[in-house]
Amino acid sequence: MEEAAASPILSVRGLHVRFRTGQGVLHAVKGIDLDVSAGETVAIVGESGSGKSQTVMALMGLLAANGWAQGSARYRGEELIGLPPAALNRYRGSKITMIFQEPMSSLDPLYRIGDQIALPLITHGGLSRRQAQARAVDLLRLVRIPDPERRLASYPHELSGGQRQRVMIAMALANRPDILIADEPTTALDVTVQARILELLAELKHRLGMAIVFITHDLGIVRRFAERTYVMKDGEVVESGATPALFAAPQHPYTRRLIEAEPRGRKTPPPPGAPVVLDAKDIRVRFELRSGLFGRARHEIRAVDDVDLDIRAGETVGVVGESGSGKSTLGRAILRLVPAAGLVRFEDRNLTPLDPRAMRPIRKHLQLVFQDPFGSLSPRMTVGEIVTEGLLVHQPALTGRERDKRAAQALEEVRLDPSSRNRFPHEFSGGQRQRIAIARALILRPKLVVLDEPTSALDRSVQSEIVELLRELQQEHGLAYLFISHDLAVVRALSDRILVMKEGRVVERGTTAEIFTQPREVYTRELMAAAFLSSTARSHLTRRVRSACGGNRPDHPAE
Amino acid sequence: MLPFILRRFLSAIPTLFLIVTISFFLIRLAPGGPFDLEQPLEAKVMENLRRIYKLDRPLIEQYGLYLGALLRGDFGPSFYFRDFTIGELFARGLPVSMMLGALALGFAILIGGALGTLAAFRQNSAADYAVMALGTAGLTIPNFVVAPVLQIVFALMLGVLPVGGWNDGAVRNLVLPVVTLALPQIAVVARMTRAAMIETLRSNHIRTLRSLGLPNGVIVRHATRGAALPVVSYLGPAAAALLTGSVVVETIFGLPGVGRYFVEGALNRDYTLVMGTVVLVAVFVLLFNLVVDILYALIDPRVRYE
Repeated sequence: MEEAAASPILSVRGLHVRFRTGQGVLHAVKGIDLDVSAGETVAIVGESGSGKSQTVMALMGLLAANGWAQGSARYRGEELIGLPPAALNRYRGSKITMIFQEPMSSLDPLYRIGDQIALPLITHGGLSRRQAQARAVDLLRLVRIPDPERRLASYPHELSGGQRQRVMIAMALANRPDILIADEPTTALDVTVQARILELLAELKHRLGMAIVFITHDLGIVRRFAERTYVMKDGEVVESGATPALFAAPQHPYTRRLIEAEPRGRKTPPPPGAPVVLDAKDIRVRFELRSGLFGRARHEIRAVDDVDLDIRAGETVGVVGESGSGKSTLGRAILRLVPAAGLVRFEDRNLTPLDPRAMRPIRKHLQLVFQDPFGSLSPRMTVGEIVTEGLLVHQPALTGRERDKRAAQALEEVRLDPSSRNRFPHEFSGGQRQRIAIARALILRPKLVVLDEPTSALDRSVQSEIVELLRELQQEHGLAYLFISHDLAVVRALSDRILVMKEGRVVERGTTAEIFTQPREVYTRELMAAAFLSSTARSHLTRRVRSACGGNRPDHPAE
Repeated sequence: MLPFILRRFLSAIPTLFLIVTISFFLIRLAPGGPFDLEQPLEAKVMENLRRIYKLDRPLIEQYGLYLGALLRGDFGPSFYFRDFTIGELFARGLPVSMMLGALALGFAILIGGALGTLAAFRQNSAADYAVMALGTAGLTIPNFVVAPVLQIVFALMLGVLPVGGWNDGAVRNLVLPVVTLALPQIAVVARMTRAAMIETLRSNHIRTLRSLGLPNGVIVRHATRGAALPVVSYLGPAAAALLTGSVVVETIFGLPGVGRYFVEGALNRDYTLVMGTVVLVAVFVLLFNLVVDILYALIDPRVRYE
């Protein structure tokens, strides 16, 4: 099973990481072994809480103050574990470097980009300030930041998330490291940006020949980039090996579960002639930005621009697009939760002229489930109270006992233990909380549910369970879904039809099969390529890498 | 930036006007007047005094007269210190108070900032606990206790420093009052710096610096700048309060500052003195709020005032 290359430059043996917490000692990493050879790409895969990040944090001496590491991690024979920070600084930032999951907050907001990139160059490379600035320009060019000379004087808040991650990469590469550790480097970024950052990493690895350690939960990235993979679960490496072999014949049941966890299956189409539940025409939402103290100069943002949409009973319409494309705003506009122009019909009623009071009796037919399962449930209410709160408004005649019975039924429906209705949200996992949120939406027997990124905050295996549940509930109750997501795999598994949104407009629409097999728009194709390990995406990538290595690289658009 | 500062100065005018108006009428609501002594003055004398100081005019006219004088930069004569105008009183007292306040503020920033930083970097160590204990003590022991204790120890027992007096601002005379003034400020600044610094040290961009293997000095520099923001916003009003003098410290050490005028003016119904101190404090507060805003913009590039 172990296929360590001849001479690993990084060799971890029996690494333990523990944290002192209020509830005793938490054993986060339980004696793992791991090897990285020169120039190799290794992935550490696992779900949240598997200890994959803490493993590399321990190597880098970046554990939180209440954590400590035991065991051995040798870089070219030198022991790293237990070194005081000053001694570790001989390797950190020069030989071994790291980029992080949070590009938005990983750069110091108070310092110019150029000064930050100069820091490792001055410290480890012994460059003068002036030399370091000159080298910083080269590095920014290397990571494809347009107009690098001018960018040196920018502050982080003037850069997009993708550009900030590029700056992080530039800093990490400043001293030509042997090993670059990338801890979920693209998780916080939009899919197309994500793809470009990954391409950049692959290309840079090719050109500079360093080893990359990818920490990720995304099997697509692993399959595409990693030569060898370690699968972690509950602080242990449960399986490791060459990536293709591991994916072809996973040995450990957990690995198999992870691989199968990618949302599968397709939705069965709604019966022909199913009634139209919601029909929206020319939906427009505009926000005004005021600039200047007295708001003289006004700037209008068209968050949603002339969108038509209809959903039939039992049908799911998927809305995909990157952040800022207006997909969430569209969902709120058709529920009349944001002021919007245009016509919205629900069954045979025109909702457009209704004021909030008149909307109230209709609201029970229109429900919304949010992305964040942690923020959207009141921490001070029991699950039963949360789930039945809507009944207080829409069916005030119910007695307490009847409501309690409905709560139990609702929880059973989302496959939760009905006896858990007296517990509080913090006692549940993310996936369970999302089930509670779904139960809350369904208890009123709605006709239409707007699902706003309901699976984005969840691990893959939990995602597929929620997808499964949503499909079953739809089948049972003939629900209409508007499913908003940037995750195309989930959208494919749930939707009958898809709208692709960009900058407030629908750029493409069609059935799921049409969109996925013959996307017409460049933007849609880009989204697809970013999201899937399709053969087109792979060849696309190798083409980029090849042309880049040939020195004749195409200029990437700035994200 | 310049238009911003200009605009702030302009917007300070109506604020000052409101403050002056409200306090003018408020102090007149208080019973008694500047010439009501324990032994009542003869009616004729009283009438003359009131006429000289124009207290016999209708209140609204007095208000108009005061505003007019204020616009010319004239705070009027003191009703109690009869040989002086308010301007003269301030000209003598303000440098004393400002000197004491500025020194105390300087120590608060330097010592408080350093102690807070040290405590944050050595969180939960003996040094940290010592700083926190000192901080609590500095905050909770009032200055009218600290001052006499310092006098007893350093002036009476050890005899190394004078008990009080200004002595033209000799260093020996400054030590005890400045220490008394500075102690609670050092405590507050140390605690705030520690809290802000701990927060900053946990942030992702400091983790980035550590991951790059940069020396501690760089990390301290970056963390200090990030942690400075909340401390700076506290220091604005604190500076205004310190520089306009302290009644307790000036009284105990017998110093000729302006702090004691707050109390004396109010007790003696010295209308012009009360108004003068109100305007003085208001100007300082407005000024230092502006200073805070400018410092904010200098520290944090995300803050921009157009």
